[in-house]
Amino acid sequence: MRVLLYAGMVVALLVILAPFAWLIISSVAAPVDLLERPLKWIPAHITFDRFAELTFGGGGDENAEGFRAALVNSTIIAGAVTALSLVVGTPAAYAFARLRFPGRGWLILAFMATYMLPPIALILPLYQIMGALNLLDTRLALIVIYASFVTPFVIWIMRGYISSISSDLDDAARVDGASRLGVLWRVIIPISIPGLLSTALLAFLMAWDEFLYALIMTQTPAAKTLPVAINDFIGRHGLDFGLLATGGVIAALPPVVIAFVFQRYIVAGLASGGVKG
Amino acid sequence: MAVLARTRRRVRSGRPWPESWVAAAFVAPAALVIVLIVLIPLGRALWMSVFDIRLTRPGVEPFVGLGNYLEQLTSGDFWAATWRALYFTVVSTTLELGFGMGLALLMDQPLRWRWLLRTLVILPWALPLLTQTGLLHSYEPFLSDSDLAMWMVIVADVWKLTPLVAILLLAGLQSIDREVVEVARVDGAGPWQVFRHILLPLLTPVILILLVLRTMEAFKVFDLIWIMTHGGPANSTQTIAIYAYQTAYQGFDFGRGAALGYLIALVIMVLAAVYLRLLGRTGQTM
Repeated sequence: MRVLLYAGMVVALLVILAPFAWLIISSVAAPVDLLERPLKWIPAHITFDRFAELTFGGGGDENAEGFRAALVNSTIIAGAVTALSLVVGTPAAYAFARLRFPGRGWLILAFMATYMLPPIALILPLYQIMGALNLLDTRLALIVIYASFVTPFVIWIMRGYISSISSDLDDAARVDGASRLGVLWRVIIPISIPGLLSTALLAFLMAWDEFLYALIMTQTPAAKTLPVAINDFIGRHGLDFGLLATGGVIAALPPVVIAFVFQRYIVAGLASGGVKG
Repeated sequence: MAVLARTRRRVRSGRPWPESWVAAAFVAPAALVIVLIVLIPLGRALWMSVFDIRLTRPGVEPFVGLGNYLEQLTSGDFWAATWRALYFTVVSTTLELGFGMGLALLMDQPLRWRWLLRTLVILPWALPLLTQTGLLHSYEPFLSDSDLAMWMVIVADVWKLTPLVAILLLAGLQSIDREVVEVARVDGAGPWQVFRHILLPLLTPVILILLVLRTMEAFKVFDLIWIMTHGGPANSTQTIAIYAYQTAYQGFDFGRGAALGYLIALVIMVLAAVYLRLLGRTGQTM
């Protein structure tokens, strides 16, 4: 029985890690090796040219310049979305967790419903509205659009988190004359740092990975995000799989490092929002 | 306690606001974002969906009432795409819950190196979609085969999302009182019986929630398929969201595109209602 369990664990680890290994190998394999069929696990020649091309390549290198601009755009957009959603979502989460007010029940439902709406239902009017506001192909457009689905997510997770904090603390501060805002700012937020951290990480990942809106709303390196820039590799000169893999490795680095380092928080955050809800 | 003392010194002035005013002030910023970015566009989409709007024919936008909807509901392409989305949804959700349960149980066992699995399991979920599907591009031959293409996108989806399902199931498992399991073991229950008669019933609320959430997400799948196959080959992976996108942005037909968006949203909202009902029944608040 135990042998079986360990075997299962090894299989699970292999299934999880093999694609990562594949990606990394492809990113450093020489072009000759990538053309070979069947593909070999260990490439005969190793090259870091593509990493060099994407990170330092300049002077008319469309791929490299587009990629670096996209890296900057993605970082700014994901960072701004995370900040905005937390600032806007945390007080709402607190209100839903602690306060009694008319319309509370259906308001929660309304937020949940917006989170679940398919982007395809919103994208046409948003495209026209952003066009009318001259916001097409800007980072700002993506920031506000992403905030519209990350905010309900923040409310959902943080509401669960705040509900799990004993309200005795609130009450003690209230008896001492603290306002609700005082309670939120000086009692709830300091205690909720782990929950806020995990929510922030999840929010960042959601914005970092988004593709459909970015595909429609951006046209130039001024606002294109990483998923769109990497997608361009596929179209531009046929498929350069090595370059795709290299871009992928670089794009994957921030979320994977985040997930790895803060794994405990992320799991706890997901669990508190998703299960205890 | 220092926190409390500081709070006391700070806030002394005036009577507190009524609770519902405070709530309104706290919820207002979030509500504003939603109204501006979701409700207004949603209303606009409804408006668009009753006109015949083609970008290839600017200025001429006749009112067609429910025409766009009726046309879709009687179109073979629409139902074919809906059917593909359902197929994708049922197969991928089933596999994710099945594998996720196995993985969760495995991560719950007192094994050495368990921490390694628990740490690494989240990685597929964190890996950006494009990167992951880029991996599959090395299997181009498979992706140009109609029958296999659907299965390849399902495999990609399952690989990416099984860990998430497993993590949530593991959280559910860990909230179960272990004494119940111990008592059953002492009474001679085998692992299968413990799972079937104790763990599974206790996990039912979590499983139901995951089932509905995954179903909703899978039904509106776009990114994964677009990146991997663009709905091809020969439309074999053209799910309903891909079909809507192609109608709107490749057919330049915004009226029909908006109607399709609404039809998809309608299905998702029905699922959402089921989800909320389930949550209500399992005695949880959200």
